Amino acid sequence: MPKQRVIPGFGLSMGITIFWLSGIILIPLAALFLKAAGLGPSEWWAILSSPRVIAAAKLTFGASAAAALVSMVLGLLVAWVLVRYEFPGRKILDAIVDLPFALPTAVAGITLTQIYAPNGWLGKILFEWGIRSAYSSLGVFIALTFIGFPFVVRTVQPVMEDLGHELEEAAASLGASRWTTFRRVIFPMLVPALITGFTLAFARAIGEYGSVIFISGNLPMKTEILPLLIVKQLEQFKYEAAAVIASGMLIVSFALLFLINLLQRRLNWQAR
Amino acid sequence: MKARYFIPLALATLTLLPGCSPKGASAGGELELQNVSYDPTREFYEEVNAAFVKKWEADGKGKIKVIQSHGGSGKQARSVIDGQQADVVTLALAGDIDVIAKQAKLLPDDWQSKLPDNSSPYTSTIVFVVRKGNPKGVKDWADLIKEGTQVITPDPKTSGGARWNYLAAWAWAEKEYGGDQAKTLEYIKALFKNVPVLDTGARAATTTFAQSKIGDVFLSWENEAYLIEKQFPGETEIVYPSISILAEPPVAVVEKNAAKHGATEAAQAYLQFLYTDEAQEFAGKHFYRPRKPEILAKFSSKLQDIPLVTVDKDFGGWEKAQKTHFDDGGTFDQAYGVK
Repeated sequence: MPKQRVIPGFGLSMGITIFWLSGIILIPLAALFLKAAGLGPSEWWAILSSPRVIAAAKLTFGASAAAALVSMVLGLLVAWVLVRYEFPGRKILDAIVDLPFALPTAVAGITLTQIYAPNGWLGKILFEWGIRSAYSSLGVFIALTFIGFPFVVRTVQPVMEDLGHELEEAAASLGASRWTTFRRVIFPMLVPALITGFTLAFARAIGEYGSVIFISGNLPMKTEILPLLIVKQLEQFKYEAAAVIASGMLIVSFALLFLINLLQRRLNWQAR
Repeated sequence: MKARYFIPLALATLTLLPGCSPKGASAGGELELQNVSYDPTREFYEEVNAAFVKKWEADGKGKIKVIQSHGGSGKQARSVIDGQQADVVTLALAGDIDVIAKQAKLLPDDWQSKLPDNSSPYTSTIVFVVRKGNPKGVKDWADLIKEGTQVITPDPKTSGGARWNYLAAWAWAEKEYGGDQAKTLEYIKALFKNVPVLDTGARAATTTFAQSKIGDVFLSWENEAYLIEKQFPGETEIVYPSISILAEPPVAVVEKNAAKHGATEAAQAYLQFLYTDEAQEFAGKHFYRPRKPEILAKFSSKLQDIPLVTVDKDFGGWEKAQKTHFDDGGTFDQAYGVK
């Protein structure tokens, strides 16, 4: 007798799944690669190895990784506060975390720029310390942190809620200090969720366009991100070159995300 | 999200997608004309459209509605190539319409000869906008490369307006250095060293300069300069440099689309309307330079008469200018040390 399934009709549900995935993800991505395939390997290489693409790639991947790392630390802290403490306004704070998801990124970009520009509220103070926030790679990092950090909170939070106090109590009764309990008991269980959050924030940051173009200053070789470079190719009606850069980006992103996933599986397995 | 919410929500989203709702050129017996334009013409076309709709009805041609779409000129051209159903395009550069003709074959290659004055019913130029009182004493192109003067201009790679800025600066430098290309490029290099932000479009650059108060000089379309003056009274001044460029934003009927929508006659009438006294007045009112000399004269106290170079005479046409200056490896890339 076949096993009972929750959703009836494996064939039908799988069919719909494949149909949707094809229409929304697979076919557009395939079309992208097909467009890029119009150029030969030497042209691919010439485009991808040009100093400008390399400079933009360094900034995009570097700032995204840095922003995702910072989001990971801050997100952990925010999730901790939201799960572990009762205080007035907690629900509101909890809702605020989601706002970067909802806000149009261009609005976020313009707002961040106004605040971090050399004459903005925060930018003015930073500028006096000799730190250029807007129109520099730091600005890119700020925008990417803004859009990435909710991912970490939202992946860590449910895991933290499920933890329960028994393990901590057991650790305490065995004489562990609070720091030891956190380090040896709680933290290892959060690591997989943290890595998932990092991955999501990182992936989101790599493709981010709207918020960054306002705060980065868009200077070639200095503060230009890869998505902007793609748009610039399109502005010159060079669809194929744009597709090549996009494909290159996708390949690198996929490789990175795949590696992170592997790492996560290992850690998950070890944690068990 | 819970599954039972998901399905109704998904359906609701589907009906909201533009492609899914039934839409024709003559929805509700009313002819719909789509004008795909670039950034700073929004206010001008709002007025033109209202007047044209009235005239079309008064002529007994029935009801008509004009839809406007605005964005960076290149981006707009691309969306028409990719299938946006524009009946007419009114863009910032002839080059952008050329691409629609060449790549999508939606209109003939000789489109620019179909209407008077290079198919540009109004012209404009590039001027300097400075802070009130002109604290940095900016008078001409030479002042833009002074140490400590910040210049705001959008990126010529992404903005049609910025290409006019760039060519105007180039034309001045070429004249100043007696045609010495190396020195001209040095000037451009120095100029872009003073540019702290390269916005992607003219409106974004306006926001940077006027709203965020970044920079000392803003290289701007003349009409955008007066708009800033209106929006931020008493905060800025307009400086006319010794020489600038004649910007000819062209218009054209996207013939294949218009024919498909049964809107050919309306589209042609719409563009011809731009050459009438009424529309020429609107152009002047919105700080574009009307082509009709007698109407231009009415606005001459504002729209100053300065020497203007042209792309055709001084740069050998758009195709050549694009290749020399803005394509990958062109002078703009060289100025940034990008090969």
